[in-house]
Amino acid sequence: MAGDLLQFLFAGITVGAIYALIALGFSLVYSASHVINFAQGEFVMLGGMGTVFAAAAGLPLPIAALAALVLAVLAAMGLERLAIHPARDAGLTGLVIVTIGASILIRGLAGIVFDRNFHTLPALSGDAPLLVAGATLHPQALWILAATLLVALALWLFFARSLTGKAMLAAAVDPLAAELAGIDPRRVVLWTFALAGGLGALAGFLVTPLAQTHFQIGVLLGLKGFAAAIVGGLGSAPGAMAGGLVIGLVEQLTAGYLSSAYKDAVAFVVIVLVLLLRPSGLFGTRAIERV
Amino acid sequence: MLLRVEGLATHYGRIRALEGVSLTVGAGELVTIVGANGAGKTTLLRTISGLRPVTAGRIRFDDRDITHRPAAERVRLGIAQVPEGRRVWGPMSVEDNLLLGGWTRPRGELATSLGEIYALFPRLAERRRQPAGSLSGGEQQMLAIGRALMAKPRLLLLDEPSMGLAPRLVETIFATIADLRQRGTTILLVEQNAFAALSLADRGYVLESGRVVLEGPAAELLADRRVQAAYLGL
Repeated sequence: MAGDLLQFLFAGITVGAIYALIALGFSLVYSASHVINFAQGEFVMLGGMGTVFAAAAGLPLPIAALAALVLAVLAAMGLERLAIHPARDAGLTGLVIVTIGASILIRGLAGIVFDRNFHTLPALSGDAPLLVAGATLHPQALWILAATLLVALALWLFFARSLTGKAMLAAAVDPLAAELAGIDPRRVVLWTFALAGGLGALAGFLVTPLAQTHFQIGVLLGLKGFAAAIVGGLGSAPGAMAGGLVIGLVEQLTAGYLSSAYKDAVAFVVIVLVLLLRPSGLFGTRAIERV
Repeated sequence: MLLRVEGLATHYGRIRALEGVSLTVGAGELVTIVGANGAGKTTLLRTISGLRPVTAGRIRFDDRDITHRPAAERVRLGIAQVPEGRRVWGPMSVEDNLLLGGWTRPRGELATSLGEIYALFPRLAERRRQPAGSLSGGEQQMLAIGRALMAKPRLLLLDEPSMGLAPRLVETIFATIADLRQRGTTILLVEQNAFAALSLADRGYVLESGRVVLEGPAAELLADRRVQAAYLGL
């Protein structure tokens, strides 16, 4: 029994870390531009599918992953320049619809340019499971946790210590005051999308050996990441991390003790509960504008 | 002339906010724009800073046409603004607010400038690690001015610096403005407090419904019957 629980906790923390990376993308973009980017999941898909196809073309795995990262970053920047920026006066709902449209477009292109099959990638340190106190741990899970912690640390250092990071925060807090200081809010928004694209691609690359990838994988992963961002408090980076963990754990415990049929629904039950009980999320400071 | 605005017009949608506004600010001058709420004073400063598009007319700064230059470039050229309502970055520390004010300058020069601002406003030095949002209104106004000065501006635009402050603090702020002017800073000051602004300024413009209706040396405007009746409550 205890072994089971530990097993579910391992699984929950691992997927939770993936959700956290995706949620960070939602949160960073939201705080910089007040856009809820429903194309975030497509960056995850591009990270996985892009690596698969770059590797199939003969690139070594690290270079293939880097190529996929660049692809996702360019897609994110293209989305901001070509769709979000021109529609910036469309209001919150309008912009949400723009991002949903963009996600359908990216997915459709991926289905044509790549293919419509499931693919996987070799795990970074093989598939031999580690035994920990009666539970098994896939070595890829350790890579996922380490990468997520590293990303969290790097982001914290960037936003708390570097002047560039602080300038990005200032542009999020008060874009007009930032512009008067010579910080260009449009560039800040563009680079935030780039960062979100990179985070998504990293999540997609890391999760593929465990969960496979597919041109439509971004829909569900994006929604889970969105749920995590809402639970943690949209716009809060620590919230995104905590929200990812909460969604991952609740999901895996439900799958373990109830039924895996409810696994995907439970994230949305958690969203509803959070919005009812604490609309600003665990770490949020203000209620989110209603769409 | 350091700043030369010629026939400036801007619109909010179809509504005209400014029409045919012309004004000049010479190096070392303190020029003020007075007028009622909604006369277009804030719009004028925002247009000079490049936050609002120009629909007609030109803005020249230091003999360079900046009418369509982006805001960040105008800061680099030497135009800094203290916006209406201070707009400090509340969650960030006082020191970070100041450092970001120098965003357009070489990083190596920021430490020196920071020291100068702290010498000018010792209160800010005492509170350097506090979130800007925890400062009093007067301190926030000093921070907003310090932040703009960190850009080493050749022209400082001040938008309603006395707004929402207690009378004693208003005096402090105007003393600060006089002090800055003594040090040779060129200032374009927008104020509802017309008496205080005109008492301090070299020249003034009166803005009404987006047009300049009167202009001249500040002392003459102070003595003008129409100004006295409309803005000084005399």
